[in-house]
Amino acid sequence: MTASNPAELASLVEPDRVHRRLYADPEIFELEMRLLFGRAWLLLGHESQVKAAGDYFLTRMAREPVIVARHGDGSIQVLFNRCTHRGAAVCHLEKGNTQQFVCPYHGWSFATDGALRYVPIAEGYGPGFAASMGERGLARVPRVKTYRGFIFASLAKEGPGLLEFLGYMKTSFDDFVDRAPGGEVEVAGGVFKHAYNGNWKLMLENHNDTVHPAFVHASSIHAARDQAIDSGAQVSAHFSDIAVRQMRQNGAPTEVWEKLDLWTTQSGHSFMGDYHSDDRLVAGLDNPVFREYYEQLVARLGEPRAREVLSVARFNSIIYPNCSFMSQFRQLRIVHPLAVDRTMVYTYSYKLKGAPEQLFRDTVAFANIVNGTASAVLTDDLEVYERTQKSLSGGLVDWVYLGRGYGGDVAGEEGTTRGVTGTSEIHIRNQFAAWKQYMTAVA
Amino acid sequence: MSEMTAALTLEAARELLYREAYLLDHHEFDAWLDLYTTDATYWLPLEHNQPDPVNTSSLVYDDRRLMELRVKQARHPRAHARMPAARTVHQVGNVMLLEQGGAEAKVASVLTLTEFRSERQRMFAALVEHRLRVTPAGWKIAAKRVDLINSEGELDGIAVIL
Repeated sequence: MTASNPAELASLVEPDRVHRRLYADPEIFELEMRLLFGRAWLLLGHESQVKAAGDYFLTRMAREPVIVARHGDGSIQVLFNRCTHRGAAVCHLEKGNTQQFVCPYHGWSFATDGALRYVPIAEGYGPGFAASMGERGLARVPRVKTYRGFIFASLAKEGPGLLEFLGYMKTSFDDFVDRAPGGEVEVAGGVFKHAYNGNWKLMLENHNDTVHPAFVHASSIHAARDQAIDSGAQVSAHFSDIAVRQMRQNGAPTEVWEKLDLWTTQSGHSFMGDYHSDDRLVAGLDNPVFREYYEQLVARLGEPRAREVLSVARFNSIIYPNCSFMSQFRQLRIVHPLAVDRTMVYTYSYKLKGAPEQLFRDTVAFANIVNGTASAVLTDDLEVYERTQKSLSGGLVDWVYLGRGYGGDVAGEEGTTRGVTGTSEIHIRNQFAAWKQYMTAVA
Repeated sequence: MSEMTAALTLEAARELLYREAYLLDHHEFDAWLDLYTTDATYWLPLEHNQPDPVNTSSLVYDDRRLMELRVKQARHPRAHARMPAARTVHQVGNVMLLEQGGAEAKVASVLTLTEFRSERQRMFAALVEHRLRVTPAGWKIAAKRVDLINSEGELDGIAVIL
């Protein structure tokens, strides 16, 4: 029995349940790297990370270490970080600015578009080598596109275009960027790199799971519930105010979660409506910082459009298979699967250009409590991923049940489908429907 | 009062840091909080040489209230990442009195923390700075900064107090 047989792979995904091997079988993980991460569009970062010519950062696509660089002609290049001579990584600093990537091994130098520029003592490679240098540049990732400043790439030469892949989800990126009074967003405030001993899918399933907060986060909700919060008129009297507010919000009553909208789209994506009622965390016109921001937005867009922009209320948007972001809270997470039972997540904060400095400080405080590696909140999510992985890794119980809300899905416009309630597991079933498509498609 | 305003000795600074490690390792968290001033901060920067805790994220940036909530959370029966509590050894060394003048002093040290929980042992290493302040109840910790040497690296969830 081999997992690379499409019929067998398909048999592991049923409408309301999946086989535990999808989380625990190393052979399936290797296939996912090739067939899923090797085919889909992956979000790599944002143009603000490569503003000037020569700026670069390192990341990975499936198993491949890649360099994302801004070339002299303004183009964004995504290059395999592997010398075309003997294979050493040509760049090892996480980010920086350079004119060229020089291999540490034998000194081959590559331009920021990957072209091989110079080879020391080249004669020794033999006659004809000089003529072949044009073909010995760093391999380029075949497809690179941006949407509203976000950089995507695909390891597959062919496949659906980025806009087709994103479909209705592009509106979540619109929401992210439209909120900037200066018309742009930028990465700022540091990168959390948190890891857990669990499969990459566990995080993407959890982010739009609206039943989990009351249980997974019970202890932080309990700790914060009776805490006072600053009054609306105060400007961040306490740094802890944001953290306390967010922990309290996770304790929203069941009806709030049930009534949320939870939408899925094609390609495995999904987004959930927002559950926040706290007026400092979202759209609080009593709050002087938010008021100042609102006026800046009105100055740029006019009042009707500014109100329209701020009326969009989304929490997590998931771009399957490697990204989850919070347009309203300026957080973006990129998932890096390392092994079947090991996952790393890079978490970035974004700054709205033109917005008050204090608004970004609130973003930083929010990032610390929601995405911080030692936060009161995230640590409990990571613990539950690990406990789930442990149980799924062994045993004779094969199936994982994903049936909450099954059978009640409601068709929406533009290829969307809504869960019967906000606590449906529709987003997980939708992720596995996409999984099945990627994994069983004939190349 | 004269005794309390007397200059902090290296010996007294070391004793305070050892006591903090002892209380953490013995899970005496209320007594641990008592070592701190009411306006204290406990900070684990995310970045090397991070200049401030407000414009860049931090692994932890707690004011006194969040420190207390951290302790309260860990006692909840569904504190999944904290129940049962990790067993720890906080090894404090290289204690140096960096600055002192009047009511405040700055103390540098290094910390090696070994943690055991859920069948897994992990080790952390950090450069630590305590800012101490004299109060009517003696010298207290007004601020603690813990720079993990791998703060910018790949880190599994951290539920222990460093």
